[in-house]
Amino acid sequence: MKILVCISSVPDTTAKINFTPDNKEFVSTGVTFILNPYDEIALSKAVDLATTNNGTVTVINVGDVTTEAVIRKALAIGANDAVRINAPARDSYFVAKQIADYVSKNPFELILCGRESSDHNGSSVPVMVSELLNQPCFLFAKNLVIDGKSATIECEIEGGKEVVSTSLPFVACASEGMAEWKIPNMRGIMSARTKPLVVVDPIEVEQKVKLISYDKPASRSAVKMINAEDVSQLFDIIREEKKII
Amino acid sequence: MSVLVYIENSEGVFRKSAFETISYAAAIATKLNMPLVAVSIGNVSQDELAKASKYGAQKILNIANEKLATPNSQPYASAITAAAKAENGQVVILSASFAGKSIAPRVAIKLNAGLAENVVSLPEMNGSFIVKKGSFSGKAYSIIEMMDGIKVISIMPNCYKVVENNVAPQIINFDFIPTEVDLVVQSKERIRSSNTISLPEAELVVSAGRGMKGPENWGMIEELAKVLGAATACSKPVSDAGWRPHSEHVGQTGIAISPNLYIAIGISGAIQHLAGVSSSKVIVVINKDPEAPFFKAADYGILGDAFEIVPKLIEAAKTFKANQN
Ligand SMILES: Cc1cc2nc3c(=O)[nH]c(=O)nc-3n(C[C@H](O)[C@H](O)[C@H](O)COP(=O)(O)OP(=O)(O)OC[C@H]3O[C@@H](n4cnc5c(N)ncnc54)[C@H](O)[C@@H]3O)c2cc1C
Ligand SMILES: Nc1ncnc2c1ncn2[C@@H]1O[C@H](COP(=O)(O)O)[C@@H](O)[C@H]1O
Repeated sequence: MKILVCISSVPDTTAKINFTPDNKEFVSTGVTFILNPYDEIALSKAVDLATTNNGTVTVINVGDVTTEAVIRKALAIGANDAVRINAPARDSYFVAKQIADYVSKNPFELILCGRESSDHNGSSVPVMVSELLNQPCFLFAKNLVIDGKSATIECEIEGGKEVVSTSLPFVACASEGMAEWKIPNMRGIMSARTKPLVVVDPIEVEQKVKLISYDKPASRSAVKMINAEDVSQLFDIIREEKKII
Repeated sequence: MSVLVYIENSEGVFRKSAFETISYAAAIATKLNMPLVAVSIGNVSQDELAKASKYGAQKILNIANEKLATPNSQPYASAITAAAKAENGQVVILSASFAGKSIAPRVAIKLNAGLAENVVSLPEMNGSFIVKKGSFSGKAYSIIEMMDGIKVISIMPNCYKVVENNVAPQIINFDFIPTEVDLVVQSKERIRSSNTISLPEAELVVSAGRGMKGPENWGMIEELAKVLGAATACSKPVSDAGWRPHSEHVGQTGIAISPNLYIAIGISGAIQHLAGVSSSKVIVVINKDPEAPFFKAADYGILGDAFEIVPKLIEAAKTFKANQN
């Protein structure tokens, strides 16, 4: 089974998010970039599936050369090889078009993604990739079991869950709990340096949305401490002062 | 030309997020001077459908093909696309719910439209079309210009108030037959948890962390939530340990929520947790450690032992609710 895992390189979860004074650009100096946490789960799941199904795992990233550290991390975790589409990830449509184009020329039986990237938060790339390839997509998959060509997937839905079945190929996205995180061992780290990483030129994609600037949430006023003895008044205070309940 | 809004039903009933979405779409339709068309898919009664007109939908397209009885993002996206084409939809609006997120990007591709997800406020529509969306896991917003052409927007639950705007209901059956290609996924089983308040849409959320010591102590958390009519949530280590289901986990790697009131009990306030909850309108933190970082991100703080405070809060909530009625 040939598995493709789409990975993105995102600011470390503890990073302070800062922008240039004109708010037009994200300031990446001093920020460590990591493999998007959900993508790491997707990769772990892919490595498990490849082990039990005699398969291979390829990771793909749309990004400039700065994402290669994260790609090497993915190779250290257990991917067999990597592809980098050499272009900054302008928007989700751009990224999805690149991935779908690559897959249409190099077919995979299963595409795994994360459920969302922690910078863009769109949850769009996987759905767009699946739409472009005319495949189903399970954006909120909690559990994925593959048996030959068929699969059973447990998905999160509003207020509950749904169990569905389908057959390969399809796109599934990882959430917390789909697989155990894998910590790269020394052998993995050493072999990652020599595993193939192919750099591919991007295709042209029409631009439909354009980032203008960033904004930060308004900061909260200082916390108001309520005496433990006055807890009985909490809800009245909130109603009085905030009028939200 | 029209503005089109997809309204999601849950077992034949529209929830609050559906009415928020219509209200939001109605404001855009008014601004663009276009009629508002609502699209409903699945088995929904005429009475329920008519509710859409209370919030400004002039026309309600009812797509009730039996093959669409169970939600399924591929044929649903095709159905919405067909409706948008028939109505010459210029802006298509959905809720950024689990279902909406699975459908919106497909509709955008099918319509060759631009997509903006998790939009938090009305667009700026003075010549250009500019939206504000959540990014960096709650730590920032991105301001996006959507270029000329059709636009697809998904809006965050709880970010836009339901606005009444009565118009005469006009319900039209819209024929749509899904193709085989769109029906490759079979639903085996749909299980609804007893907790009927869906976390992403909840206005009030009671959340607890490792400070609760163990799953056996969640009774008081559930009771407080029940009295308030709130959904329950938890921190990541709590769901990792299996004390609570993963579907309750909020934060950077869980669900991002923006309720009116978020009560955090025994949660330290790690940056990854805050990422998912900081857009709550009011935050109350209960923690026994005065140094807990969460106090810095809160509107109200109660310093003390959760095992003493929460029972008092349950009583307070009961009194508050009783006085309300
Ligand atoms: C990549 C990554 C992603 C992450 N994503 C998330 C995420 O999405 N969501 C998330 O929540 N975390 C996430 N985390 C974990 C996060 O860093 C914290 O570890 C976690 O939020 C801590 O959970 P907690 O507050 O329940 O536990 P703790 O940090 O252990 O805090 C427990 C708190 O309870 C208080 N307490 C103890 N006893 C009592 C009592 N009797 N009464 C009152 N208060 C009491 C303590 O003072 C303490 O402040 C992530 C971490 C990483 C590395
Ligand atoms: N630049 C990228 N390159 C490859 N895959 C990506 C990229 N951006 C996002 N993805 C994949 O799409 C998922 C959802 O991302 P997003 O749509 O940005 O929320 C991520 O978890 C990745 O699996």
